[in-house]
Amino acid sequence: MDLFEYQARDMFEKHGVPVLAGATADTPEAARDAAEEIGPKSGGVTVVKAQVKTGGRGKAGGVKVAKSADEAEQHAAAILGMDIKGHTVHRVMIAQGARIAEEYYFSILLDRANRSLLAMCSKEGGMEIEQLAVERPEALAKVEVDANTGIDEAKAQEIVDQAGFDAETGAKIVPVLQKLWTVYRDEDATLVEVNPLVKTEDGEIVALDGKVTLDGNADFRQPHHAELEDKASTDPLEAQAKELDLNYVKLDGNVGIIGNGAGLVMSTLDVVAYAGEDYTGGVAKPANFLDIGGGASAEVMANGLHVILGDEQVKSVFVNVFGGITACDAVANGIVKALEMLGDEETKPLVVRLDGNNVEEGRRILAEANHPLVSIEDTMDGAARKAAELAAAAN
Amino acid sequence: MAIFLNNDSKVIVQGMTGSEGMKHTQRMLASGTAVVGGVNPRKAGTEVEFEGGTTVPVFGTVAEAMEATGANVSVVFVPPAFAKSAVVEAVDAGMPLLVVITEGIAVRDTAEFWAYARDKGTTRIIGPNCPGLISPGQSNAGIIPADIAGPGKIGLVSKSGTLTYQMMYELREIGFSTAVGIGGDPIIGTTHIDCLEAFEADPETVAIVMIGEIGGDAEERAAAYIQEHVTKPVVGYVAGFTAPEGKTMGHAGAIVSGSSGTAQAKKEALEAAGVKVGKTPSETAQLMREVIASL
Repeated sequence: MDLFEYQARDMFEKHGVPVLAGATADTPEAARDAAEEIGPKSGGVTVVKAQVKTGGRGKAGGVKVAKSADEAEQHAAAILGMDIKGHTVHRVMIAQGARIAEEYYFSILLDRANRSLLAMCSKEGGMEIEQLAVERPEALAKVEVDANTGIDEAKAQEIVDQAGFDAETGAKIVPVLQKLWTVYRDEDATLVEVNPLVKTEDGEIVALDGKVTLDGNADFRQPHHAELEDKASTDPLEAQAKELDLNYVKLDGNVGIIGNGAGLVMSTLDVVAYAGEDYTGGVAKPANFLDIGGGASAEVMANGLHVILGDEQVKSVFVNVFGGITACDAVANGIVKALEMLGDEETKPLVVRLDGNNVEEGRRILAEANHPLVSIEDTMDGAARKAAELAAAAN
Repeated sequence: MAIFLNNDSKVIVQGMTGSEGMKHTQRMLASGTAVVGGVNPRKAGTEVEFEGGTTVPVFGTVAEAMEATGANVSVVFVPPAFAKSAVVEAVDAGMPLLVVITEGIAVRDTAEFWAYARDKGTTRIIGPNCPGLISPGQSNAGIIPADIAGPGKIGLVSKSGTLTYQMMYELREIGFSTAVGIGGDPIIGTTHIDCLEAFEADPETVAIVMIGEIGGDAEERAAAYIQEHVTKPVVGYVAGFTAPEGKTMGHAGAIVSGSSGTAQAKKEALEAAGVKVGKTPSETAQLMREVIASL
């Protein structure tokens, strides 16, 4: 889960990372109130910042300096509701103004390639880091961080030295990096990025803008992370699937997809997309990712179909199950029972492809049930074609 | 021969007495695997009787189990919150091969136990969030159904469990030396490259199927490795061409971030290294059949 800037700011503050005062507002009036409270800390100046989980806010006009509370209200009125790269702005942060002397960059992230952690640091912050990495790689220090020892004082010193900071500035940054490591470790983050990390004209180091990604697998020991979820912008079908404990991702197509195992379901989406291109002129496309896992019980199958049939765009459904741990006869019985549980709710044609252990018996069970909307295909490619054609015909 | 796992493998199960552990221990035994013990400190000294009449003793620690049975493989079914300490215990005991089936382990825990195992240098970890590995007819450490395919000359390495099963099923008439499910988490213990290296050295394996998916750059690095070091034919498959950017597709590591980790880039890298890449699993299996026929 990616956090909004204001959530990252609050998290930084909780762990002692120096940040500026900031408050959020959902309306121009609330922005004015926030600016009246925060402005006096910085000579009346505040910054109104769009809260969206994407980069390039500044260029899009989503970040404006306000010299008064009036101006903050006006800026908020302009920014709220703005569309930035497909993200609607529902909230702004009113931040204390800063007199910036220099802008730096710092991040800690999971380094998949080296199966380790990586700290990146540069004296040239503010710009897109991908751009800096390409154009001036020598200006970006990359230092491996051991997961068990983390960023202690010595490691922080190594990072600032490699980034080329002078001794005085480096000494001020070192404790900030140690605190950012605490954020990374204690919050179970997979990314903590500060861009820019600034030195003010007074020589203070401040995290001016932050990006944090949290590991959902750690929710069991981070119960407070549930509050950070952006429920308002979660797709309603995805929210419903989550309630039912299903692994579902909504896409923009018309062939609903259920399968067992993440790899097989990803593969199914691809095969349906190819069939859609080859046989329907690109009309049929996968509508979702839904992995019901290895068991494929009747109840889980019914829940999965329930979510998919709730998607108005869906015109046909492709059930693609490989009977491994749960053999095909059990899967077929699950499908038959799920259809009984759904009753009249099931109104879309269903293409089932079963393969694997005990496949003949599985297909026999489905054939015997003789459900009017269910057709059985022997191969994944054939079933994808059938489901694509059914969706295109109904479109 | 086969890789990592063979007739001499003696397997213990950490978390054997839990429901998943019981179910899959039963299956491993049924497929002829030498399961010699379970580990559960609260049930140490007891025995578990499985269908077919096999009794498996339960030990308090991995070290005790190794001492008493000579076990050289451990399969971990311990729940996510306790998986790290289970791995560290097995590493401390010097377990040579550790297969971590558990799904949903916090990546911080995996990063920590991986760094710990790497520093000790005596344990190979497979997984986490993987189906384990099978050398058909010899031994089965994990949850791969043993009845899909028999022994043969293909080596398989895959991030995905069900695609492993699908591919084994499609190629069951040829059979497998070893099939390794390496798992779909962002950090995993054994990589595509580790398996390619082992298959290259294994005389029983004549060709290799490599299954990848979106996220990270493991497939690109495997492609570079193949070009340099692998002389046996490799056929590839990559899942996730239609996956949207920024969405996790089931596996914690299966995510396209910005322009990195795409299926297209992986396919191109593999093809540039001379790997034939199938568009669908069935086409991939057909490519492998052609490779085998041409040998």
